[in-house]
Amino acid sequence: MDWITTVDHKKIAILYLWAGGLFFGIGGLEAILIRIQLIKPMNTFLDAQTFNELITMHGTTMIFLGVMPVIFALMNAVIPLQIGARDVAFPFLNSLGFWTFLFGGLLLNLSWVMGGAPDAGWTAYTPLSGKGYSASHGVDFYTIGLQIAGLGTLIGGINFLATIITMRAPGMSFMRMPMFAWATFITSAIILFAFPAVTVGLVLLTFDRILDANFFDVDGGGNPVLWQHIFWIFGHPEVYILILPAFGIISEVIPTFSRKRLFGYSSMVFATILIAFLGFMVWAHHMFTTGLGPVANALFSVSTMLIAVPTGIKIFNWLFTMWGGQVRFTTPNLFAAGFIPTFTMGGVTGVMLASAPADFQFHDTYFVVAHFHYVIVGGLVLGLFAGLHYWWPKMFGRMLSETLGKWTFWTFIIGFHLTFFVQHFLGLMGMQRRVFTYLPNQQFDTLNLVSTVGAFLMGVGMIIFLINVFLTSRRPADAPEDPWEDGRTLEWTIPSPPPEYNFKQTPLVRGLDAFWKEKMAGHKAMTPAEPIGPIHMPSATILPFLMSVGIFIAGLGFMFSRDEFSSSIMSFLFNNYIVTALGLLITFGSMLMRSLFDDHGWHIEPEELEEGEQR
Amino acid sequence: MMKTWQAGKRLLPMTAALGLLLAGCGREDLSVLRPQGPVAESSYGLMKLSITIMIVVLLIVFSIAAYVWIRFRRKKDQDEIPKQVEGSFKLEVLWTVIPLILVIVLAIPTVKVVFAAGNDHSDDKDAIKVKVTGHQYWWEFEYTDYGITTAQDLIIPTGKHIAFELSTKDVLHSFWVPSLAGKMDTNPDGTVNRFSFSAPNEGVYRGKCAELCGPSHGFMEFKVKSVSGEAFDKWVASMKAPESVMPEDPVLAEKFKSQCLTCHAIGSMPASPVAPSLTGIGSRESVAGILLNDDTREDGAPILENLKTWLNDPQSVKPGNKMPNPKDMGLSDEEIDGIAEYLAGYTLE
Ligand code: HEM
Ligand SMILES: [Cu+2]
Repeated sequence: MDWITTVDHKKIAILYLWAGGLFFGIGGLEAILIRIQLIKPMNTFLDAQTFNELITMHGTTMIFLGVMPVIFALMNAVIPLQIGARDVAFPFLNSLGFWTFLFGGLLLNLSWVMGGAPDAGWTAYTPLSGKGYSASHGVDFYTIGLQIAGLGTLIGGINFLATIITMRAPGMSFMRMPMFAWATFITSAIILFAFPAVTVGLVLLTFDRILDANFFDVDGGGNPVLWQHIFWIFGHPEVYILILPAFGIISEVIPTFSRKRLFGYSSMVFATILIAFLGFMVWAHHMFTTGLGPVANALFSVSTMLIAVPTGIKIFNWLFTMWGGQVRFTTPNLFAAGFIPTFTMGGVTGVMLASAPADFQFHDTYFVVAHFHYVIVGGLVLGLFAGLHYWWPKMFGRMLSETLGKWTFWTFIIGFHLTFFVQHFLGLMGMQRRVFTYLPNQQFDTLNLVSTVGAFLMGVGMIIFLINVFLTSRRPADAPEDPWEDGRTLEWTIPSPPPEYNFKQTPLVRGLDAFWKEKMAGHKAMTPAEPIGPIHMPSATILPFLMSVGIFIAGLGFMFSRDEFSSSIMSFLFNNYIVTALGLLITFGSMLMRSLFDDHGWHIEPEELEEGEQR
Repeated sequence: MMKTWQAGKRLLPMTAALGLLLAGCGREDLSVLRPQGPVAESSYGLMKLSITIMIVVLLIVFSIAAYVWIRFRRKKDQDEIPKQVEGSFKLEVLWTVIPLILVIVLAIPTVKVVFAAGNDHSDDKDAIKVKVTGHQYWWEFEYTDYGITTAQDLIIPTGKHIAFELSTKDVLHSFWVPSLAGKMDTNPDGTVNRFSFSAPNEGVYRGKCAELCGPSHGFMEFKVKSVSGEAFDKWVASMKAPESVMPEDPVLAEKFKSQCLTCHAIGSMPASPVAPSLTGIGSRESVAGILLNDDTREDGAPILENLKTWLNDPQSVKPGNKMPNPKDMGLSDEEIDGIAEYLAGYTLE
């Protein structure tokens, strides 16, 4: 119950982590099934339809439900601490964001047991995703599930923007903000601008499918290329929503374990902003073969290549952060070290793809599959592993085992390169992506086998990580405040895990890397910016959970509103939109409750703070 | 084209070495790395240039990384605090400008080739014009200037520009012959795409659909057969010959007509919009695009066997395709074999 009603950002972070872990596991299983099917030519392990459902769900799950919540988990766990705040700006919304995300994700995955998962690819190109060619409810689960989950992401993004703008500790100007906080800030801004696009797209596609609208249907005067534009105007920024947090994490981990401040801090900030900006200008590089014509192709080619410049700045700044430092290869830093070459490889294939005439050959082949896995898995997932190992003691008060961590790293990264490096060649040798099998004698066989073996090795790495988490959870919570000893930012100045209120007294920030600065000045702790006083806390509430349940029910009701059921009661309930109305009633009822009953929260008094200290 | 890539030239030695290395990869009739025509060649040129630049970048990053990891590894009793460096304006400008230069080196030839690729030869009198239509899961080729239509095998004369006009009857597909040219999507009517390629050498090249189009997307293959000018003219002439060869056995002929020709077309019949034309199917490279005809059995099976495989259960060959099972249409096993024999013998010279 405590978990359902909590509005504490640290607990919500843990909820996000478990939910993300769950979906990541589902997406991982789907990946393993895909790779088993492709282990040899003309394999019959899976049939074509199931395979297409698996690739669609793998992509959708991993991007929207697997890595996004883990990113949000780290942001929730760390951002308020890093900027010296007691919570996020809107704790109630924070909880609402999580629950809508979770119920959206559950709705999407229900499709597996309710008559067919979506099968038109995670990009859901029309007309294949239209009712005429994808007749099961699969794509409806996709549009409505993602719509609900996307709502949660948008809420989360806005919350972080507000938090970072308004709740920084005294003295923390924007240019003294830790890089991870910067990354979160920019990421949230991208979410704010990109998610409305996909929201519109999903609504239009839902209308096409459920209400027989004609936005994308050619016979009705619609245009399928329009969907591609809408999808990628969202989809391209989305990939930066994924990678910028990883950049942020790496920019925290490397300085800590090099005992040096981040090289070129201001150019890092500048590069982040530039990447976000360019990220909105390059969507059509996913559409070079759609037939946009040479002018558009040339423009989008060149603007895409430009992204390599700020990205390059970041890579070299990280390398020079270590230059002259004292590099320690703890597990988090191993992942950060693995990140640099791996991500760079993904970046350079990105530039190769950006050359439109070359992309005519690369597009929709395994070369692209290799590229985006190098950036998403080799970049983001390695970054997330670095971040998880780094902040685990802060989140849970327990250090993960270093030995197991190193095993995780080596199996995962070797498996990763085995899986995806060879896929570059598969693509160049003529293997299209999204094929459920391939004919023999095309010289695809050996490389596919290697790729599958690699996938299993990555799986082993994941399992070792889970074992590590499990064993750690049974150890006493005895992590020190600053477990890595060279912590530089504010989160390392408070106990691990932090008390409910984070900071007994809001700290005064005197420079970049506030804690390091105090340490160098010979202080053991931060100078407080305020006297000890009562701390205002928001009350726990079940309303966000209820609102999300309502939206979930309404979504299901809307989806099945045109179906014929064998039982007449069911038909009556669904066809008259009664289920939909009921769901919306729950949601709006909860909203009404929220506005009618003022809840001013409660206070922790100074005496209690002292007690907490002694315990 | 290559001559104008001034900056690329400086990277020439490495480009050449890489070219040699990569050329070992894949089949000649399929691999992007073994281009067989000028259009694929120009994409390949850009690939070699970009990969050369990128390998240089990777080598720099890898070596700096390896150096700092080894050189600046924390020693056992190292305790002094390293100097906290803010950054270096000069260095940061350096690694802004160098990538920028590299990008420009790649961007210039890219833009050139983009515009060259935009040349679709649609009003070139000398070009062969072919209307390509994608269907779930087969390809139709209409030669508008000759008034003939065929399916699965695209026959082209060597050396001539082939001007394509691409569209689809159902979902999106993408037309791709890796060793001859990059891919181009087939959109529904209204947004017709045009492009062009040519094949200097005779040969059979493997083509694929590159856009997810349903369960049998992976099986939506086709062949491009490039033949000499005379052979092409002969093929066109025999395709235009009005007679429709029917099975000799009249009972079988009647079955074929009433069961198969409701969807398929042969000979002088107008092309059917729902199923591939069967004219001269006995001379094709494959059955259904994926059952390769090969009497030596190295790459497939003899055509008769392939036809029988297909006719006995089209769904198991290409899941989700639109052809009904002949058995469900009331054809007996003998009739199926008979039709297979007739089709295998229906050749063009
Ligand atoms: C230097 C930076 C990058 C460049 C120049 C670049 C360029 C490209 C290009 C041109 C494509 C289209 C390929 C095609 O389909 O033909 C592409 C695909 C893709 N990229 Fe990147 N990219 C870069 C970095 C990233 C990053 C950081 C991410 C994510 C973290 C990413 C994720 C993806 C994904 C998911 C796709 C495939 C989408 C799909 O078709 O399903 N890329 N990239
Ligand atoms: Cu296809």
